[in-house]
Amino acid sequence: MVGAFACLLLVSLVPLPFIVALLAVMVITAVLGALIERVAYRPLRQAPRVSAIITALGCGLVIQNTTLSLSPYARPMPRLFESRTFEFAGVTLNSLQLFIIGVSGVLMLGLDFVIRKTDWGIALRATASDRATVPLMGVPVNRVISLTFAVGGALAGAAGVLYSQAYPVVGAAMGALIGWKAFVAAVIGGIGSIRGAVLGGYILGVVEVTTVVVLPSTWRDLIAYSLLLVILIFKPNGLLGSAAQQKV
Amino acid sequence: MPTPRTLGSSVAGCRWALPVLAASAFLAALLHQQWALFNGYTEFVLITAGINIILCASLNLVNGYMGEFSVGHAGFMAVGAYAAGLLAVKILPGATPVWAFPLVVAFGGVIAAAIGFLLALLSFKTRGDYLAIITLAFLMIVKSALENIPFTGGPRGLLGIERLTTLPQTVAWVIVTLWVIRNLVYSKFGRGITAIREDELAAGAMGVRTREAKILAFVVSSFFGGVAGSLFAHQLQFINPATFDIIRSTDILVMVYIGGVASLTGSLLGAVLVTVLAQLLQPLGTWRAVVMPLTLVFLMLFRPRGLLGLREFAWLLPGRELLQRIKEKSP
Amino acid sequence: MTPLLQLDAVTKRFGGLCAVSAARLEVQAGHTHGIIGPNGAGKTTLFNLITGIYTPDEGAIRFEGTNIAGFRPNQIAARGIGRTFQNIRLCRDLTVLDNVRMAYDVRLTSSTWSALLNLPSHRREEQRSIEGSFELLKAFGMDAMAGQLAGGLPYGLQRRLEIARALALKPRLLLLDEPAAGMNSAETLRLMEFLRWVREHFDVTLVLIEHHMKLVMGLCDHITVLDFGVTIADGTPAEIQGNRRVIDAYLGEEVEA
Repeated sequence: MVGAFACLLLVSLVPLPFIVALLAVMVITAVLGALIERVAYRPLRQAPRVSAIITALGCGLVIQNTTLSLSPYARPMPRLFESRTFEFAGVTLNSLQLFIIGVSGVLMLGLDFVIRKTDWGIALRATASDRATVPLMGVPVNRVISLTFAVGGALAGAAGVLYSQAYPVVGAAMGALIGWKAFVAAVIGGIGSIRGAVLGGYILGVVEVTTVVVLPSTWRDLIAYSLLLVILIFKPNGLLGSAAQQKV
Repeated sequence: MPTPRTLGSSVAGCRWALPVLAASAFLAALLHQQWALFNGYTEFVLITAGINIILCASLNLVNGYMGEFSVGHAGFMAVGAYAAGLLAVKILPGATPVWAFPLVVAFGGVIAAAIGFLLALLSFKTRGDYLAIITLAFLMIVKSALENIPFTGGPRGLLGIERLTTLPQTVAWVIVTLWVIRNLVYSKFGRGITAIREDELAAGAMGVRTREAKILAFVVSSFFGGVAGSLFAHQLQFINPATFDIIRSTDILVMVYIGGVASLTGSLLGAVLVTVLAQLLQPLGTWRAVVMPLTLVFLMLFRPRGLLGLREFAWLLPGRELLQRIKEKSP
Repeated sequence: MTPLLQLDAVTKRFGGLCAVSAARLEVQAGHTHGIIGPNGAGKTTLFNLITGIYTPDEGAIRFEGTNIAGFRPNQIAARGIGRTFQNIRLCRDLTVLDNVRMAYDVRLTSSTWSALLNLPSHRREEQRSIEGSFELLKAFGMDAMAGQLAGGLPYGLQRRLEIARALALKPRLLLLDEPAAGMNSAETLRLMEFLRWVREHFDVTLVLIEHHMKLVMGLCDHITVLDFGVTIADGTPAEIQGNRRVIDAYLGEEVEA
């Protein structure tokens, strides 16, 4: 949501080419993500986990409602991109859709690579699995976590920009539902697995779109969340998640 | 034990404080019913505060005492509101007599409790984030189902509910809720529920019947969530699915965590505080929705368990005199 | 005489790892039974299998003649098996008294309704639970701290409270997972006396996992040695001390010294 708004603000102030705008937005949301981590999460590192979830919820509401108060009405988003329509093997696609698929694909592959292969990715996964020992191994935990929030923020910002291009109306409430859906997709795939999250996202997207084609669009949420429930009943740790073995 | 007795501690230690307080609250509500002590606005706020106390205390059972993170409480509220509303409007046409209203409210609670039971079954295998998501899914399914069933009025909602939620009725339900939940959490079942929060595995190994405890927590919590929904429906006389969205769940969560986890006194305080604050901040318009979550974030930073987390006013605790006697007997 | 507890070819695998493989164990009523073995030998896994935290992949676990494999932990606890944990697992935010009461509660029978409505029958039972738990704490010399939070106790008292909590089940079998961990030799000696007192006073059969050889040899009537999930020896302390395989696998210089 912030991503989309930042983009709207940027392009309405200065005419920028799309890619530059996208990158600029990613930087802004990255900074915002790291900032929230520093102010709201770091002091809670030792507190019960629930407090962190509540703070996250609270921060989301603060950002959303601030935007709502500043801009109560949804605004149209200028197209930053000239759209052409192709027909390929009977499927109609326009260049915008292709572009969105392309950008998200590149970002996902990049993230997967970074988390699996780079030092930071390894440090991140180590921190996730054992926060107490990792600092003793010389990993700068604070910096790793800040960076994680920055990357998360940047990707969310990019998603906001892409979303605002596909559905060119920008409103304060646009983020909340998508945020929960992102959480749902992550859970379907299995928390802690980037590939799972991508898979979960695609499954959720396909199911929603299919539902809309077959049934009235009001059934979309019903079907999507019922699917989620069914998946969690049979695979309590998500499709690609591994069951955490509790140490006794 | 020779502790210095201040006025505060002797009031807090008095076993009659609680019944007297409850009785006078109910009496005041009755007097109001007779002679209209408060104006319409004050009455509205008081009833809202009462409904919020019921919601907050019942959610605290699952989120505070049992340590889960349910975001679906508005779903139980919706089930209760619709069950009671449909019963009163469609199934029993004609005016509902005042004596029958508690039954209608309880009906809403029972239907919600039945669904709470199903959700409890899902909590056997999953915990934490995943259970939170299951409760979210439950909320979305309830809301979406209500929107798609013509019988419930679809997205436009259910109209023509009588205004039966009076102040005495609300106060009575608040007292019942707090009393029952207090009985529960300070019983063997309550110790089991709290032990699940602390360490589910050790609790099981110490003979705590964890499945029964989970079922009980969810069923009681959802029953009173449904009761609150029924009262809410008969206060506003109109309900639609959009009323029971994730925002409403978030509101209840805010009350629970502001007041304090695993504390009934805290729930009372949190619910009243949030209700009053919401009214006071009315002039701020949408900025109100910024102030509330901001308060919550700051509270979490400085008091992660809420104002009265894990604490209780002594006069809520049962069996205290006995404990005191034993302590005095031992050297 | 049928043993109190009998493990018959019990196997538990985690993925490819065979943590316990075809383990045998016989504990006679009234004995104190030691389980020793190097780290990672599967000792704690064995306890988790007995108490139902894990379900065995193969084999039977018979307690007083009944096969309890596949029972849930609380059912096994109610049948009379108590335990402590290697890393103390008390309910830290509950009082000392409530920690004991949660185990004491297994014998309470009042119904859900009587609890929700706080009926007299339920109130009487709760009083019994307070009094009984308090008695137990008194026997352990911990009654003065009944109202404190368990998490605030010093380490030694937390260990002691964990044993008290397990005994509140009135178990016939008590499993102790490294009760002497983190204690110096003077404290270990005191623990040995304490465990002797527990054994007599509560009429309970003890099974303990321990690395302190003095404690094991001084206290146990019978010892089972595990290595890589396999039972490699079984006998009296004297037999174990003389067993070549055990010395090779584990005891080595400690026994010769």
